Amino acid sequence: MSLLEARDLTIGYGHTTVAGGVDLAIEPGTVTCLLGPNGIGKTTLFKTLMGLIPQLSGTIRLEGNEIAQLSRPRIARHIAYVPQAHPAEFTYTVLDLVVMGRTAYLGTFGTPKQTDYDAATAALEQLGISALAERDSTRISGGQRQLVLIARALAQQSRIVVMDEPTASLDLANRILVLDTVRNLAASGLAVVLSTHEPEHAFLVADQVAILGHDRFVTGPVADVLTPSQLSALYGLPLEVETTPSGRHVVGPAASDQIQP
Amino acid sequence: MRTATILFTLTALLIAVALVAAGIGPYPIPPQTVVDALWQRLIGGDIQSTIDTVLFNIRLPRIVAAGFVGAALAAAGAAYQSLFRNPLVSPDILGVSTGAGFGAVVGILLGFPVAMIQFLGFAGGLATVAIVVTLARALRSSGDVLVLVLAGIVVGALAGAAISLVKVLADPYDQLPAITFWLLGSLSGIKAHDVAATVPVVLIGLAPLILLRWRIGVLSLGDDEARALGVEVGRLRAIVIAAATLVTASVVAISGVIGWVGLMVPHMARLLIGPRFDRLLPAAILLGAAFMIGVDTLARSAARIEIPLGVLTAIIGGPVFVWLLAHNRRRLLP
Repeated sequence: MSLLEARDLTIGYGHTTVAGGVDLAIEPGTVTCLLGPNGIGKTTLFKTLMGLIPQLSGTIRLEGNEIAQLSRPRIARHIAYVPQAHPAEFTYTVLDLVVMGRTAYLGTFGTPKQTDYDAATAALEQLGISALAERDSTRISGGQRQLVLIARALAQQSRIVVMDEPTASLDLANRILVLDTVRNLAASGLAVVLSTHEPEHAFLVADQVAILGHDRFVTGPVADVLTPSQLSALYGLPLEVETTPSGRHVVGPAASDQIQP
Repeated sequence: MRTATILFTLTALLIAVALVAAGIGPYPIPPQTVVDALWQRLIGGDIQSTIDTVLFNIRLPRIVAAGFVGAALAAAGAAYQSLFRNPLVSPDILGVSTGAGFGAVVGILLGFPVAMIQFLGFAGGLATVAIVVTLARALRSSGDVLVLVLAGIVVGALAGAAISLVKVLADPYDQLPAITFWLLGSLSGIKAHDVAATVPVVLIGLAPLILLRWRIGVLSLGDDEARALGVEVGRLRAIVIAAATLVTASVVAISGVIGWVGLMVPHMARLLIGPRFDRLLPAAILLGAAFMIGVDTLARSAARIEIPLGVLTAIIGGPVFVWLLAHNRRRLLP
């Protein structure tokens, strides 16, 4: 049984269908990358998979249970969400922000206990950012903030971590740091699901790739899905995949007169 | 524990302010005499009759009322700031004060007795927020926070227009001064039975805010994040709005409309104890109570007439708020 399984899912808001025909299974210890053009509905798909938005049709099962039947604390103990990093409205310290990841384990009227602070501290240590614990979370860099949100997800001790464009707006060093972290989390047995605009990132970290296009949803192993024809159809531009002598994959336009990013 | 120390200090401050306030007035009583009288009352001993009357019939009901008014407004303000994810929100964002004002003003216009005016104020506050919430749900079923605020502005403006209309209709020599005074806030007519009727309602409203303090703090991260962290956001938001409305409407009913406290006191508390709501709430309650007792003492003793509380809180609150913003930008604003 998969940790999270979506079958013949149609997603959207009210009467507006965003995408249909989504079949996806998330397994422990794997990284799933979701690719798709801007505004196609990647965040909507994530929110639907976490039960934050009801699906229009189809089923989502979290460890065998229909997600709509589960309470928020129960879902939170299974799936953690790392939103796109943004400063909070209030100047919480990093530790205070991370310990909020323990909310699903507290009673309705509860406040964090020593064990919850221990879990938060351990999460910060695992990501090597213990030094930030007492820092103001609105006064750290974008990359640090992304790591803090990942630490909060770790403190949540769920088996699935969903990250919404974790590398967007990060500089090169921080992108590498976050991708490394993603790989390490999967190696420790977690299932990581992330969206990205960089096909190269999928080649680097993904076991499974899902692409969400205007008229289709395709999923499978990296080599099967990230083909020049699939990528070209996805982004509406002739693209080719080049493999460098060292084994790295580079995606660029097929036409030689276009800029090679 | 730094948090415990701060809360202990604030409690001590509240007690000290209350004892000093009880001694201030046309008939001054030294603090130790106040303490002694309280002790004698407790053990059933003899108290000099003038002190007995002044303390227990006049000053203490008013001090207790001021304390609860300040605590309620500060708690509701802090809760709303977390709920609406905006540190510049005050308890009347959903129109509770304007609605209460309208109810009370109608009562004054119709020549009702004080208790009835208070009840109409209370009912007006609750009814206004109920209309705002219903309107917001009708416009957007998901219960968007922004729609809620906009609905509050619209309904608040309507209630404000209705108040102006009542003022035009009111007798300019008798009713209009009463209406104006009520809209500026005062505890001058407070009686022990008003306090006895208000305190339980305020406590009922404060209880869920205190019990759910951790979750209300998580709510400040935004709906989706809070839900992903395991908070049932819709239910919690309904409880917070109901509780904050209840405490605000019940104190506005006895004190009239008092601005600034619900906005400024949570900021002062945040400065002392940090932004975490589970720590902020008790600090705001204690600080709000002490602040309001101090302001009310000033209102009744600084001049030969009663100064309206709303005037004093604005005179004190405005400059203090600017000072807070100027000197603590880092802690207050992200």
